[in-house]
Amino acid sequence: MEYIIDSAWYILQGCTTTLKLFAMTLVFSMPLGFICAMAKTSKLAPLKMLMGFYTSVVRGTPLLLQLFFIYYGLPIFFPGFRLERFSAAVLTFIINYGAYFTEIFRGGIQSIEKGQYEASKVLGMNYRQTMSRIIFPQTIKRVLPPVANEAITLVKDTALVVVLGIGEVLRNSKEIVARDFTISPFIIAAVIYLILNYSLVLMFRKLENRYSVYE
Amino acid sequence: MNDLMIKVEDLHKNFGELEVLNGINLEVSQGEIVSVIGPSGSGKSTLLRCLIHLEKASSGNILIENNPIASEKNGKQTHIAENVIRDRCRKLGMVFQNFNLFPHKTALENICEAPVAIGRKSKKEAVILGEKLLARVGLADKRDSYPCYLSGGQKQRVAIARALAMEPDVMLFDEPTSALDPELIGEVLSVIKDLAKENMTMIIVTHEMTFAREVSDRIVFMDEGEIIEAAAPEKLFGNPDHPRIKTFLEKML
Repeated sequence: MEYIIDSAWYILQGCTTTLKLFAMTLVFSMPLGFICAMAKTSKLAPLKMLMGFYTSVVRGTPLLLQLFFIYYGLPIFFPGFRLERFSAAVLTFIINYGAYFTEIFRGGIQSIEKGQYEASKVLGMNYRQTMSRIIFPQTIKRVLPPVANEAITLVKDTALVVVLGIGEVLRNSKEIVARDFTISPFIIAAVIYLILNYSLVLMFRKLENRYSVYE
Repeated sequence: MNDLMIKVEDLHKNFGELEVLNGINLEVSQGEIVSVIGPSGSGKSTLLRCLIHLEKASSGNILIENNPIASEKNGKQTHIAENVIRDRCRKLGMVFQNFNLFPHKTALENICEAPVAIGRKSKKEAVILGEKLLARVGLADKRDSYPCYLSGGQKQRVAIARALAMEPDVMLFDEPTSALDPELIGEVLSVIKDLAKENMTMIIVTHEMTFAREVSDRIVFMDEGEIIEAAAPEKLFGNPDHPRIKTFLEKML
């Protein structure tokens, strides 16, 4: 029992890194996605094309490859420019998740009926007032389910940074597995991921309930 | 004439190849109630939408209280800045067939939203005005209801109150009862009739012939993007000049 508690404690220490990566990614990739979605739904063709390029490249290549590219590849293009491992991971995740959020938000904005824009217009509201008061608030409700999906995927994706040797939940478990030839640390890791994701599910359920006062 | 609210001259609107409005001329004076009738696809809604700039006129003139939102000079449309047009169109209010209420706002919030957003009223003033308007359309008890909990007739009455909150000089109604169950049409029409009594200038696109006849000062009959005849209701319904109108009315009544 004591052995389990000791292992769990060690693995939990990795949880700080996991949570830090998770939080930083969400905090920065959502606004990034929001801004890019605005650009993508704008009327400026070059901007739309640039965003199209961004989302296709990022969503079309593996996150793992992107991690390698940012950490090992960037210094080759820019000699002397080497990100510290954790920063490289955060940067990669923000760029990656930003692309997915761009598409989610774009879809959400475009799913709002034309009549909402027309009603705002005949009431004398300009583009900014229409977007901030009428369109975006309705978009939030519609994008909550896919955003919850992304958040859950993100928790699991944090395990990928193990390839850069960052000491998060999975790496710490692996260390004990390798040292003691036992499989129990993996189970502990799985439980930790499950708990994290279940809390997320509960949180998003609460949010969705809050938005369910209207259709 | 000073009390001319809306003046339309040789208005054309086409969507690509499709000619929807084919030289419309129309004048509406203050306090006048004009109903626009005609078969589907005749351009009635497009005319209203051009007046409030939901559609841009392809050519011709549109003046709102003598200020142009579309103007033609030597066969070319002059450019008018969007914000100038927006300002001039604020004299008009519009009610849609599908209500287009804001689903994430309560009835009261729907009404208060725009006057507060554009800085015309403080939140407090808007709420007072909103409650007054809700009472006027008979929905004082629905102030905190979201649109999804309202019937079609109630939604449309909130939409009318919302348009009135901008204190327009002219109200445009685009088939306000076409999306309603038959038993709900009456409550919306009676609100419009109340507005008529208060001398509101109105242009109403409608398929409710009895209502149009009863409430209007003038009936405009449109077909294929043109105004075929514009006359007092007794004349147009009783003895129209054009055989096409007779055929249409026979089918409707």
